[in-house]
Amino acid sequence: MNRLLPFFGFMLLVVLFGFGIWWNTQHDQNAIPSPLLNKPAPAFNLPKLYEPAQTVSKADLLGQPYLLNVFASWCIECGAEHPVLEAEGPGLGVQLVGYNYKDAPADAKRWLAEHGNPYNLLIADEPGNTAIDFGVYGAPESFLIDAKGVIRYKHIGPLTPDVVAKELKPAIAAMQKEVP
Amino acid sequence: MRPGLLRVIFMALLWFGGVVHAQAIEPMPFANHAQELRFQHLTQQLRCPMCQNETLADSNAPIARDLRNQIFQMMQQGRSDDEIKQYLVARYSNFVLYDPPLTSGTWLLWFGPLLILLGGAGAVLVVIRKRNRGAAVAPEASTDHAPTDHGDDW
Amino acid sequence: MTPELGQLALILALLLALAQSILPLLGAWRGNRALMAVARPAAAGQAVFVAFAFGILVWAFVRFDFSVQYVADNSNLALPWYYRIAAVWGAHEGSLLLWILILNVWTVALAAFSQKLPEVFASRVIAVMGLIAVGFLAFIIFTSDPFGRLLPMPGDGADLNPVLQDPGMTFHPPMLYMGYVGFSVAFAFSIAALLGGELEQAWVRWARPWTNIAWGFLTCGIVAGSWWAYAELGWGGWWFWDPVENASFMPWLVGLALIHAQAVTEKRGSLRAWTILLSIFAFSLSLLGTFLVRSGVLTSVHAFASDPRRGIFILAFLTIVVGGSLLLYALRAPKVVGGKSFKVVSRETVLLIGNLMFAVAAAMVLLGTLFPLIGDALNLGRVSVGPPYFGFLFPLLMLPVVLLLPFGPFLRWGKGDWPALKQVLLRAGIAAAACAIAAAFFVNGQLKAIAGVASLVWLGIGVLLYVIKRWREMPRGRRYPAEMAGMLLAHLGVGVFVAGVLLSESLSVTSDVRMAPGQTQHIGGYDFRFDGAHRATGPNWRADQGVVTVTRDSKAVAVMHPQKRTYLRGQVQTESAVNAGIFRDLYVALGEPMDANDIEGAWSLRLYYKPFIRWIWGGGLLMMLGGFVCAGDKRFRIKRGAKIEEATASLQVQETHA
Repeated sequence: MNRLLPFFGFMLLVVLFGFGIWWNTQHDQNAIPSPLLNKPAPAFNLPKLYEPAQTVSKADLLGQPYLLNVFASWCIECGAEHPVLEAEGPGLGVQLVGYNYKDAPADAKRWLAEHGNPYNLLIADEPGNTAIDFGVYGAPESFLIDAKGVIRYKHIGPLTPDVVAKELKPAIAAMQKEVP
Repeated sequence: MRPGLLRVIFMALLWFGGVVHAQAIEPMPFANHAQELRFQHLTQQLRCPMCQNETLADSNAPIARDLRNQIFQMMQQGRSDDEIKQYLVARYSNFVLYDPPLTSGTWLLWFGPLLILLGGAGAVLVVIRKRNRGAAVAPEASTDHAPTDHGDDW
Repeated sequence: MTPELGQLALILALLLALAQSILPLLGAWRGNRALMAVARPAAAGQAVFVAFAFGILVWAFVRFDFSVQYVADNSNLALPWYYRIAAVWGAHEGSLLLWILILNVWTVALAAFSQKLPEVFASRVIAVMGLIAVGFLAFIIFTSDPFGRLLPMPGDGADLNPVLQDPGMTFHPPMLYMGYVGFSVAFAFSIAALLGGELEQAWVRWARPWTNIAWGFLTCGIVAGSWWAYAELGWGGWWFWDPVENASFMPWLVGLALIHAQAVTEKRGSLRAWTILLSIFAFSLSLLGTFLVRSGVLTSVHAFASDPRRGIFILAFLTIVVGGSLLLYALRAPKVVGGKSFKVVSRETVLLIGNLMFAVAAAMVLLGTLFPLIGDALNLGRVSVGPPYFGFLFPLLMLPVVLLLPFGPFLRWGKGDWPALKQVLLRAGIAAAACAIAAAFFVNGQLKAIAGVASLVWLGIGVLLYVIKRWREMPRGRRYPAEMAGMLLAHLGVGVFVAGVLLSESLSVTSDVRMAPGQTQHIGGYDFRFDGAHRATGPNWRADQGVVTVTRDSKAVAVMHPQKRTYLRGQVQTESAVNAGIFRDLYVALGEPMDANDIEGAWSLRLYYKPFIRWIWGGGLLMMLGGFVCAGDKRFRIKRGAKIEEATASLQVQETHA
């Protein structure tokens, strides 16, 4: 029996590796699950992209659910995500808030002029400080925030039609079911 | 901070991972040498969420720069290392800690080696005792023709 | 030469590998000498075809044959020829081919040097090597073809990852693979011994030089990798406990245990089962390393692009090879406790403790490396295990080893005597304590540095005392047999290494500074003057190059040229400047210009003063040398004659037992 111990130990490892291979086909290795999920979104107060004199705070957006989409003109994957937002955005049933991350406003505006603007509202975080409170570490990232200001869902990386259909829309449906 | 074209390409490359191996070198106005050492030590224990195999100290990812700045600011405000770590964990989860805290989940990680050591030490003790007793009772069992003794006990 | 020929060669090699593994095994089982005789020619044939395939890939790189996908992905017209050759193993497919080539080098060497071994045993050993080759050849043919075409052929290729464009990286993989694959020989020996039911320890003596050489190469590969990371990545560190680094470190630790266990088994006959198990583990961990690096289950700095298909293939292969051999071990490992008995105070005991610590350390590294995966499985979220964990536990586990090391040689087999040990303890202990106290004044009471000096003296004096003892007691010519000389060298290497680690870690000075041309910074007793930056160009890069003049007490020490390079495809890479010395390194890395449009102005720079850092690699090289010297011992040369008859006789006895 003792002599079989190494074999069983090794088989345990094999199971773990098999699990690892499977897990990595299901999960993005670069995505770090956010500890903010199902917690109130952090407070923020950021200028609008097109009217920098006006600011938007978390309180201003309470009462209606919205999808906060972190993007930047320097981010190549955002370009891939953009057509998806344009196509799917209006059908989501929530406001689409663009969060321009670490970007020069002029660059962002040029980029939006070129690619189109699917957002209902655009806010700008040029220094990127507020983004830290959201746990943002790259772009694109998307947060689904409900009417009470709670983060219900987060996606790291570009939204694809697949992600929208399989993850985002069910999350929105679940959220809407709760609030009559 | 209008990014030049180079910087745009640079960041774009960065986002696609692994292409840039430039070190993060940022002189900061530390209050004193002790604080500089503390900063170096702390940032070396934290993992960059973007370039996931670099420490915050070494990473050149934009988020690493921002976080380093944030840590620097917090140090100026007199926050302790633990408070700074808590701040980061609340936003980026335990992933950022290269030194995983002891919880029920990481118990195996921290005490596993000790268990293995104890088990192994037990086995070694058994072997030594057995062989020691053997020395007293049975003189030279199976391998009489062990060919290595050539008068030089080495 | 068309690349398709390379593919054909690999397929033929696979067929020969099948012949090399199956027929001799059948022959050994049936006692059919004709079938056993297939082993050597098949191995030679396989090696020829693999070398041919490798040559074709090299040729494709030399000739810029971008119609080959792999060549197009990893080189371009501007890449210098030496890096084009290094590019052969710059990515997954080619490095796998290198692995197979090296496996064949070992097999051919084994076939050549095993002619005096008993026929049954030798053909089993070569057959096991063939089985390993079958797995890897199938892997490369079915999942990772390096000769795949890219049509239409592009005018120019992409680039070799600039990080790999460094001399250190050119040597690191071949050396490392020599080590990894070398452990397959010890593995094959022990499997052959298990298959033969060989209770005799003769095979251990035949396996010992192979293990020592493989371990030496692995040491060399790790040292080269560590040096590369230090010089090339610009972070001033030399080890990061990254999963891929750990993947090479685990077989190294187990190999270390194996070398010592083999010594016990060969000379005293004890620990037979443990030696067999360690042989299996050492090679299994080498395979595991391949799995970790190439399957993408763990994120790592150095990992190859991942593909779940490859992961599944290696996992299946791993399961068959390792699972199969562990089952075989469970069935056939020697059950009788054999060998000579020993007292509590004896060399066996010390070696056992050493073995325990190395094995536990390897297990700890394995646990820490895989824990992020376990965290996923247990739903703990993403866990990071890094330098603080390993850097805390590893020294704790190695402390007993360092403390016991000087006593090892002084202890006799079977029964040691106290007075000799007390003398060593007294002399080395007093010397270490005295030097530690003296050192305390120089290092401002830094405990780590003091510990470094103390361990160097403790280990160094320990070795020296034994050298003196042998000198006095033995006649000329018999004082230092190669095996012992190797041991002493390696043990001295441990002292140098430990001192290097502790001293460089505690006394290093790092500073990120902003410097305008003409400004001077004072670090570690040296004055670094920044003399501005200018543009520079190389064969396939352009760079901003800084000029830093270092002086000490107004005497010129060095002019250093750190660079920030931009390669053809826009990849940015810092190229640090290192001024090396036995007692200290000066190290400068160039950051960024304070004003992006004015490279002639002020820059951010990182300056390091790193005392004794070179001792880390020096210690490693001494250990490597120890392994090689050891393997050269006359005792390991197999003589035809009495011993073989003895071995075959025992073999036959075993067969009847089994």
